[in-house]
Amino acid sequence: MSEIVVNAVSKTWGGVGGVNRISFKADAGTLLVLLGPSGCGKSTTLRLIAGLEDVDSGTITIGGRDVTHLSPAQRNISMVFQSYALFPHLNVAENIIFGLRVRGVGRAERDERLKRVADIVGLSHLLDRRPSQLSGGQRQRVALGRAIIAEAPVCLMDEPLSNLDAKLRHEMRTEIRGLQQRLGMTMVYVTHDQTEAMTMADRVILMRDGHIEQNGAPHELYNEPASDFTARFIGTPPMNIITWEDDAVLGIRPEHISLVESDGIPATVRAVEYLGADSIILCDVKGETVSVRQTGYCALPTGAQVALGWQNRHIHLFDRDSGKRRAGSALPQ
Amino acid sequence: MVSAVMSAAEPRAVRRKAWLTNVNAWLLLLPAVVLLTAFTHYPILATLYHSFFSLSRGGASEFVGLENYTYMLEDHVFWQVLRNNIVFAIATVPTSIALALLMAVWVDKKMTGRSFLRLAFFTPTVLPMIAVANIWLFFYTPNYGLLDQFLKSLGFAGHNWLGDPSTVMSCLAVMVVWKEAGFFMIFYLAALQTIPPELKEAAQVEGASRWYFFRRVTLPLLMPTTLFISINALINSFKLVDQLVIMTKGGPNNASSLLLYYIYEVAFTFQDTAFAATLTVTLITILAAVALTKFVYLDRRIHYQ
Repeated sequence: MSEIVVNAVSKTWGGVGGVNRISFKADAGTLLVLLGPSGCGKSTTLRLIAGLEDVDSGTITIGGRDVTHLSPAQRNISMVFQSYALFPHLNVAENIIFGLRVRGVGRAERDERLKRVADIVGLSHLLDRRPSQLSGGQRQRVALGRAIIAEAPVCLMDEPLSNLDAKLRHEMRTEIRGLQQRLGMTMVYVTHDQTEAMTMADRVILMRDGHIEQNGAPHELYNEPASDFTARFIGTPPMNIITWEDDAVLGIRPEHISLVESDGIPATVRAVEYLGADSIILCDVKGETVSVRQTGYCALPTGAQVALGWQNRHIHLFDRDSGKRRAGSALPQ
Repeated sequence: MVSAVMSAAEPRAVRRKAWLTNVNAWLLLLPAVVLLTAFTHYPILATLYHSFFSLSRGGASEFVGLENYTYMLEDHVFWQVLRNNIVFAIATVPTSIALALLMAVWVDKKMTGRSFLRLAFFTPTVLPMIAVANIWLFFYTPNYGLLDQFLKSLGFAGHNWLGDPSTVMSCLAVMVVWKEAGFFMIFYLAALQTIPPELKEAAQVEGASRWYFFRRVTLPLLMPTTLFISINALINSFKLVDQLVIMTKGGPNNASSLLLYYIYEVAFTFQDTAFAATLTVTLITILAAVALTKFVYLDRRIHYQ
């Protein structure tokens, strides 16, 4: 089985950017998402696993084999690039079988595998087209086809959906996840979109400034954020962070706040975003913005005075300076 | 809708406006039309016309049909310069292209002194052909030229490089390649830099060697540039004759003469303008055929991004 173990890996360019002593493991046959804002080191991490960059220190093993100093080809991986990296002068079929040709796979087997992969990614009718004659979604499928025809146990994806429109992105998300599970690939998937991470991943690694902020299952990141950074990054809208005591901030999810009749925190309605199934009420509490999720349509006018309340079991407390989660978040209100 | 209503109401005003727009357009075209007609198209047509007439030394020239052309086909000097020109093209075009590609691939890499190297390769291009010819004339000078001095230090005898019919063409070809390759390198370099680096990485992941990638991806993606350069190099090989004026005057015994230089000689040394017109028409036909091949045939077989 091909699990990926990254152990204390560092990489910088003259002290700028990169990653700093990161360690994590991607279990065989699972989908690991590297999530984070731009410049956090997630793409660097992926390129280090692929062997497109050399590590400064640390080791990387794939399937128990130390690949730290091997070339990308020797690592037995496939990769999908953000720009798809399709060869513009080759047609769809030639793009997909590029790697098979390189490795000298016989014609009969090549044709057979191409047919199977083209069916999987739904490109059978477009095999003669050039990439320039395809839509964004079709190009994405070609890149996907090129990655899976290799039948490599590990597939690396660098923001594969960021060039697609929202609807297509949603479709491809499901499709890639389905493909990964069907083929039993170990997949490392880089994205800055927390929705992609939450919906696709078995495990999410949230990165920030070259280190790992939190490593856990999607529900762990959502329900027990290890820092206020995680809390602010995960969820749409993200968790409200409100000044609490002198050395602590309080976090609460919008869906855990309700408008109460009495004994609540006074707030002023600034705006209401109606999303269909629910509405997000943006309130002003002593100069800080707090969002409240309410089921259905909300008719509150801007400027209305309301009172906000929540249950203490839903509260998260973070250290003001370090941003770290405090143990035992329950607190009297 | 609005314009339809207006034209019904005021047809004359609209017509007047259209007329003014036309006049305006023609006025804008005028400078280009005048220059192209006066200095390109009229001379071509006049040359074509004169090639069907006899030479008029003071008297009236008369229509002679294809007589000038039959004379040309019987002129052994014409055949020699044409053969020279073809040999010259075959010697310089592929060599300068291959060298340009090699240099471009080299200076495209990340390395120290890259800008200096690029400049060094490009320098021959910025020199005028006359200056280049003078420099190389010194290299090739018998006995005390650079080449002979070098060979003498190795114990070889001196050689009259430009005076020997068997070496003169090669000497000129080497010089032209030296001058042209740097210029073509710039085009290759620009084209190489438009190839996204991810393509290389994608190929690397698939296990393609550098040579395989170059052959299967880089080279095909450079084809539009290669075509552009080959057409230019080919035309240049018929067009550039400055070096002959400085170095050989077409000699010895026409061994280094090229078609355009022969035309110059016929027209201004022998004063045979009718025959020069005939030769010019032939040259233009050759060059037009080259250009047409590019536009009609090769363009369809090449991938443009």
